[in-house]
Amino acid sequence: MTDNDIRHESPSQTAGPYVHIGCLPNWSGIAGIYAEDPGSRLVNADTRGERVSIAGRIFDGDGAPVLDAVIEIWQADAAGLYPSPVETRGVADPNFAGWGRIATAFDSGEFRIDTIRPGRVPYPDGRLQAPHINCWIVARGINVGLQTRVYFADEVAANAEDPVLALIEPRERVDTLLAQADGEGGFRFDIRLQGERETVFFDI
Amino acid sequence: MSSEQPRGYLPRDRGWHPPALAPDYRSSRVRSPRQPLLALPTTLSEESGPVFGHDIIGPRDDDLIHNYATEGHSALGPRILVHGHVRDQSGRAVPNTLVEVWQANAAGRYRHPNETYIAPLDPNFGGCGRCLTDADGYYRFLSIQPAPYPWPNGPNSWRPAHIHFSLFGEAFAQRLITQMYFEGDPLIPLCPIVNAIPRADAIDTLIARLDMDAALPMDMLAWRFDLTLRGRAQTYFENRPEGL
Repeated sequence: MTDNDIRHESPSQTAGPYVHIGCLPNWSGIAGIYAEDPGSRLVNADTRGERVSIAGRIFDGDGAPVLDAVIEIWQADAAGLYPSPVETRGVADPNFAGWGRIATAFDSGEFRIDTIRPGRVPYPDGRLQAPHINCWIVARGINVGLQTRVYFADEVAANAEDPVLALIEPRERVDTLLAQADGEGGFRFDIRLQGERETVFFDI
Repeated sequence: MSSEQPRGYLPRDRGWHPPALAPDYRSSRVRSPRQPLLALPTTLSEESGPVFGHDIIGPRDDDLIHNYATEGHSALGPRILVHGHVRDQSGRAVPNTLVEVWQANAAGRYRHPNETYIAPLDPNFGGCGRCLTDADGYYRFLSIQPAPYPWPNGPNSWRPAHIHFSLFGEAFAQRLITQMYFEGDPLIPLCPIVNAIPRADAIDTLIARLDMDAALPMDMLAWRFDLTLRGRAQTYFENRPEGL
């Protein structure tokens, strides 16, 4: 392969502080253009699987919550199937979107994802990955969208054999990808962009 | 690269994109990870992605001149048509993919709760639009020329006129947000966000060209802006006999 055979990807630029205008216009106060914001409903009454909510905040290197971020998630359905043309193992739940888009609150930085616990998806070599949710984070000051994953701390056995978590060194950084039960039926997942306990971000 | 067919997507060229930390872009200082990214082979989780249908696209979603305007009115500012193709790194069209745009108005003011610039809002301009690419990867939308505006970075920082673009492609690994600039804007080389991109030839790919062939006489100028999303490693090898 030579450089001439393939083109360069368009270079990324920050989504900026006003990303909500284009991505979540109704949420940011621009009503009437889109009937609803894209990605605002992952589940409906007929969606199969265990309902889970994941709440958290994103912190910068000074420990301040990021008040202007947008998080997109992409995950398999309860059976581990993606609603995508590249899914060849079966047909995903038609009542599950798989993709969601959530803003952190302007005042507190809190985000909340209402979804279902995903099933297991194979790694390229056939091993099963633990249930996980892919996350893509954009905001002012983030030059290239950050890719990470949410795993569930209560999936102890599956997490122990997950081929992606197995790549993480030092091992204590695995904890940065584990959503912890909050004691009230939900999960807590904070993201740290920089510094102590910095979240593991992936180059995928 | 080995002769074995790799799966997944071509690796992202991190020397082509801006680094996480670009100190002249002040916000990146505390929002840039300092640990290296963990390289991960793409799995089905990254090789799949959401599909959007025409059912979500309203008739005026691609017309920012009118999609927030009162009936019989239109947004203020020079009318423009922005168009181009979305292709992947192999040159393959990316069809039926969602393109979302957002921008400031013709005075450089955003319609947003956190916006503080003194320039006026335009009551007939919302600032967002979207469309799906067609079978050839072609997109087109109508808007007004956004203005440059000042921002709190350095003592006298101004953004060049720009339009934000969000693209999906077919896989979560292709997800991209970037910005389109306008050919000839003297603020482009002064902008710390632009200059976070390390290479001049990479910056050049984000500068739309005036396209007089597509301009609508007595109506609007046109700007051409093509975009490239990550390519599939397998597609590249499958296509090889055609090219070589």
